[in-house]
Amino acid sequence: MKKTPLIALIAAVVALPALAQSQLTVVNFGGANANAQKKAYYEPFEKATGTKVVSVEYNGEQAKVKAMVEAKNVTWDIVEVESPDIGRGCDEGLFEKLDYAKIGNKADFAPKSAVTDCGVGIFVWSTVMAYNGDKLKDAPKTWADFWDVKKFPGKRAMRKGARYNLEFALLADGVKVEDVYKVLATPAGADRAFKKLTELKPNIQWWEAGAQPPQFLVAGDVVMATAYNGRIDAAAREGKNLKINWNNQIYDMEYFGIVKGSPNRDTAYKFLAVALGADGQAEYAKNIAYGPTNTKAMAKLDAKTLANLPTAPANAAGGLEFNIKFWADQGEALEKRFASWATQ
Amino acid sequence: MSAGSLTAPAGIGTPELARSLRRAQSRRRWTAIALTLPLLAFLLVTLLVPIGALLMRAVENPEVARSLPLTGAALARWDRKTEPPAAAYAALVRDLGQLEEGAQAGALARRLNSEVPGGRSLVMSTYRAAVGPWKDEPAATDAQVRQRMLELDTRWAELPYWQAIAKNVSRWTPDYLMTSVDLRRNVDGSLEQVAPDQRVFSRILLRTFEISAIVTLACLLLGYPLAYWLSTLPARQANVLMIVVLVPFWTSILVRVAAWIVLLQREGLVNKALLSLSVIGEPLTLLFNRTGVIVSMTHILLPFMILPLYSVMKSVPPSYLRAAVSLGSPPLAAFFRVYVPQTWPGIGAGGLLVFILSIGYYVTPALLGGPNDQMLSYYIAQYTNVDVNWGMACALGTVLLSATLVLYAIYRRVVKSELSLG
Repeated sequence: MKKTPLIALIAAVVALPALAQSQLTVVNFGGANANAQKKAYYEPFEKATGTKVVSVEYNGEQAKVKAMVEAKNVTWDIVEVESPDIGRGCDEGLFEKLDYAKIGNKADFAPKSAVTDCGVGIFVWSTVMAYNGDKLKDAPKTWADFWDVKKFPGKRAMRKGARYNLEFALLADGVKVEDVYKVLATPAGADRAFKKLTELKPNIQWWEAGAQPPQFLVAGDVVMATAYNGRIDAAAREGKNLKINWNNQIYDMEYFGIVKGSPNRDTAYKFLAVALGADGQAEYAKNIAYGPTNTKAMAKLDAKTLANLPTAPANAAGGLEFNIKFWADQGEALEKRFASWATQ
Repeated sequence: MSAGSLTAPAGIGTPELARSLRRAQSRRRWTAIALTLPLLAFLLVTLLVPIGALLMRAVENPEVARSLPLTGAALARWDRKTEPPAAAYAALVRDLGQLEEGAQAGALARRLNSEVPGGRSLVMSTYRAAVGPWKDEPAATDAQVRQRMLELDTRWAELPYWQAIAKNVSRWTPDYLMTSVDLRRNVDGSLEQVAPDQRVFSRILLRTFEISAIVTLACLLLGYPLAYWLSTLPARQANVLMIVVLVPFWTSILVRVAAWIVLLQREGLVNKALLSLSVIGEPLTLLFNRTGVIVSMTHILLPFMILPLYSVMKSVPPSYLRAAVSLGSPPLAAFFRVYVPQTWPGIGAGGLLVFILSIGYYVTPALLGGPNDQMLSYYIAQYTNVDVNWGMACALGTVLLSATLVLYAIYRRVVKSELSLG
């Protein structure tokens, strides 16, 4: 009699690896994005296959993936990765090379950069100019307006770091959308961007987390902000009068990658097929205002949902695609220069 | 007492007794050592080994040495000022073609990119060509290989990329450590300061010390009177008030930081109170700048000042102060000349503790400060997590560790006593 719990425990320990087979660990960025993923990807997948999805949150630290792969102790299967990291991680062997035959039809995905060796784009999101409709009667239209503190007095919220801000600075300085990265790649162009940023420096309140700009706007700390469009949309759904100016948005993608050496690779492919199918993609866009990468999903969305997506034709016109290659090469040096600039 | 008990019992001074005494002593010593063994092993595994690994990583430079042995040899005699020999181009293609796994090329690309921006894409595109089309049809001569590489990417004609390879062929490098104090090795091996727009870490280190010094001073100014008051109260009241000091100390740091955000924001409690009292006409900016960082760090670190001060003050007899006053000293002079000197050890311990804890601060400045208020740890985290440049992260960690050790050494010198934490 006394031995029963012990035997049960041993049996449980022995059975653990077997249990692990029928679950899949998916790592995401948390927040509203994770909730939308749960509804659109995890639940349908669990229903279809009976495999349990374990949702883990992280903050994009590739160090964790690297440590896991180097130690050959991989406990994450699928990881949501930001665009600069997917190419970098692929080069350094952190992710499996994908077999697209198991995921879907390559031709269905747009933009083209959604299809990469190690990562498949799951949604398009963008960094936009946002403002509080209650406080600004006269809507700002361009990045030059964002820089114009006479016409729109007050602070602006910008992301702490060089990324996006340098692009916006050049746009405000009159550089055309198609030339932004060409100019920024030259030393004179980088100087120009930092010089333009210096003009606005006394009026910038920096943000670190995506949830901050809508808070700042609602609290009245700032009159305008650069922000992730989904966060502004989420605040608008809660009844806040926050508005987006889509002109010259910078759009970017978020990717799913399979961690190299994942013990559940086959299940992971099945998951990717569900997540990137037209239904999963459409359901995701209904829950959060990020654009599907599977073009077939667009037909399943109504006009109201479409109007809020970065990929809607009206919003995408004049948009700038985030240049992964440029930032993979120049990112470290530019971020260091930004840190140096910030202390001056 | 009887006379008999005064005479020595038989056996004292005999060799057997001395031996058995020695045996007993050595047994006791070994038992003591055995008892501390678990602790020593624990320290070794959790402290010394990781710190050793950190120091190693700060000077380790395996990427180029491991993946480009032939290129290293071909560049050994190169003067680093004129164009590299064609043999180096051929060696590079051969090295890249022989890499066992793509991950090695990625690591190499990352290493060279942190030396010369752009190195990543250059190495990766060349690697893909070297394991792909070039492997299938090798070029006949070194000059042809060179021609091919220049056709693939004209950047191979630029010297900085080659200089970066030549500079990093050895397995060990002082570069990370030098970068962390804004120095770099020139092409010819001489030292120079990095370009002004990349000069950042010495300023950040200075800023780290500046913020820590201000926080330590603020803690001392707030903590000293409070600790003094607590030490003069009867035990019962002092204990109750001590709990008031300790409860925030036991609260999660994130909760306290979030509370400060609520208090200090533009339309927060502090600004509203000041506005309604007409002290100010416009809300003050208290958040996302130095003010917010210092206010909340002082609040968080205050108990570390109060506790050592309190324990020292409890041991100072109040009669000294009374004696000084009764001998005619004005009370204030008596306090500063008789009482304060007796609390030096507490001030030293509290000050050092607060200072050392603050130089490693990360969460509070990250959440409450602007880009100009980040301390060294923020950049360590940035290099560890975002850039995944662990060499640089370890070098900055080494700088922080040495700063702490130097401070502790100075403290020992000045106070000439062991650190007492009460």
